Amino acid sequence: MSSLTVSNEQATSAASGKAKAIQPAWVRILHWVNAFAMVLMIMSGWQIYNASPLFAFTFSKSITLGGWLGGALLWHFAAMWILMVNGLIYLALGFATGRFRKKLLPITPEGVISDTRAALTGKLSHDDLTKYNSVQKLLYAGVIVVGVLVVLSGLAIWKPVQLQWLTALFGGYPIARYVHFFCMAAIVAFMLVHVALALIVPKSLRAMIIGR
Amino acid sequence: MARKRSLIIPGVDKQLLVRDAAKAMPDLTRRRFITGGASLGALTLLTGCDVVDSFSAEEMLKQVSKFNDAVQAAMFNPNALAPTFPESMITKPFPFNAYYDLDEAPTVDGKTWKLEVRGLVENKKSWTLDELYALPQIKQVTRHICVEGWSAIGSWTGTPLRDFLKLVGADTRAKYVWFQCADKDGYNSPLDMMTALHPQTQMTFKFADEILPRAYGFPMKIRVPTKLGFKNPKYVISMEVTNDYKGGFWEDQGYNSFSGS
Repeated sequence: MSSLTVSNEQATSAASGKAKAIQPAWVRILHWVNAFAMVLMIMSGWQIYNASPLFAFTFSKSITLGGWLGGALLWHFAAMWILMVNGLIYLALGFATGRFRKKLLPITPEGVISDTRAALTGKLSHDDLTKYNSVQKLLYAGVIVVGVLVVLSGLAIWKPVQLQWLTALFGGYPIARYVHFFCMAAIVAFMLVHVALALIVPKSLRAMIIGR
Repeated sequence: MARKRSLIIPGVDKQLLVRDAAKAMPDLTRRRFITGGASLGALTLLTGCDVVDSFSAEEMLKQVSKFNDAVQAAMFNPNALAPTFPESMITKPFPFNAYYDLDEAPTVDGKTWKLEVRGLVENKKSWTLDELYALPQIKQVTRHICVEGWSAIGSWTGTPLRDFLKLVGADTRAKYVWFQCADKDGYNSPLDMMTALHPQTQMTFKFADEILPRAYGFPMKIRVPTKLGFKNPKYVISMEVTNDYKGGFWEDQGYNSFSGS
């Protein structure tokens, strides 16, 4: 710790008692496994999309995974197990440990508006990484919901007969495809913002890697 | 504390480590996963195995695909029917789809064509089209879902495959019914027995109440509404009841073999 530049706040909190990890080990492990699986799912998903595009564009082959539809499907249906099992563990622990409740709630419109304003004017404080600001709460809670939706819509288009109740819930097979696509788009948009902000506030990235 | 400390590698500049990690995900994935589509050595990241060539990673993906076959077989409910639709929802025009153009589609002479029945069946007689047309037929309006993602609703009429299998005295404890087709380069596809016995799996002779046109598989298609489109062979010339996995045109190239809907 001593060789790293430590902010005053962290130094005092460390001095005040036992230094607690900003991000506990289980969060860090599940976070990076999820990131890995998500990247595999998205890149192979783009290749699958290219076989029958929903819109007037396709994804450049340089950013897809699998080489062709068959290869992409193999990746997609392999990485889905990592994503799903990892995600279920995350949800279970998130609820069981109270992390979701403590870290992500409450989310109030006033808080989101004032923190957005503060962020855009460069006045948002990142002194205490253990507390998420309202914008973070909203985005993290939101991407968890979208993550659940992307898996459910994926199951709906994978098994429109065996899980037809689920497919029907999404408005039928063709609409479920669009839902799956837009969930992906939302996750990619989240990732762009998330990675950019993590690089702007590198100590948050450090906390997600080494815990402190 | 001690446990946490041990995660830090001695002699490694932590600042640099963090900076490298920041760049790691997109770059690594790009570098390792994409090039040419086949350099799939990336799983070393996860397993730490010495996967140096793409072949091993492909082999692993194949194993997962086999595991997925088993998962889908376990999920398959023999009584769950594929949703049916009113005729007003039929997709018009229904797409022609194959790995060749329509003008290369097989032209089968219905007068000389015979369906060859082989393998674990009591009666190995070949069937003429008129004999097959004489069997009881039912009509189904279901959604055809292509492995590519698109789908279309069509109306197919024919004889439930399970009735025909009973008629020829097939051993329904066998694992597969394997179909061979008249497509150029020889199309074939295995169908697991569970699905072959599904009430909606059909030997199809008509599309939209008309004799099956050449585009959709004349003289006979196997319509399987619980499977992706490529598991619905057209221009069928033979069926074999077998315990051997004989592979299939697309299955051999990497499409998941069960490919259930």
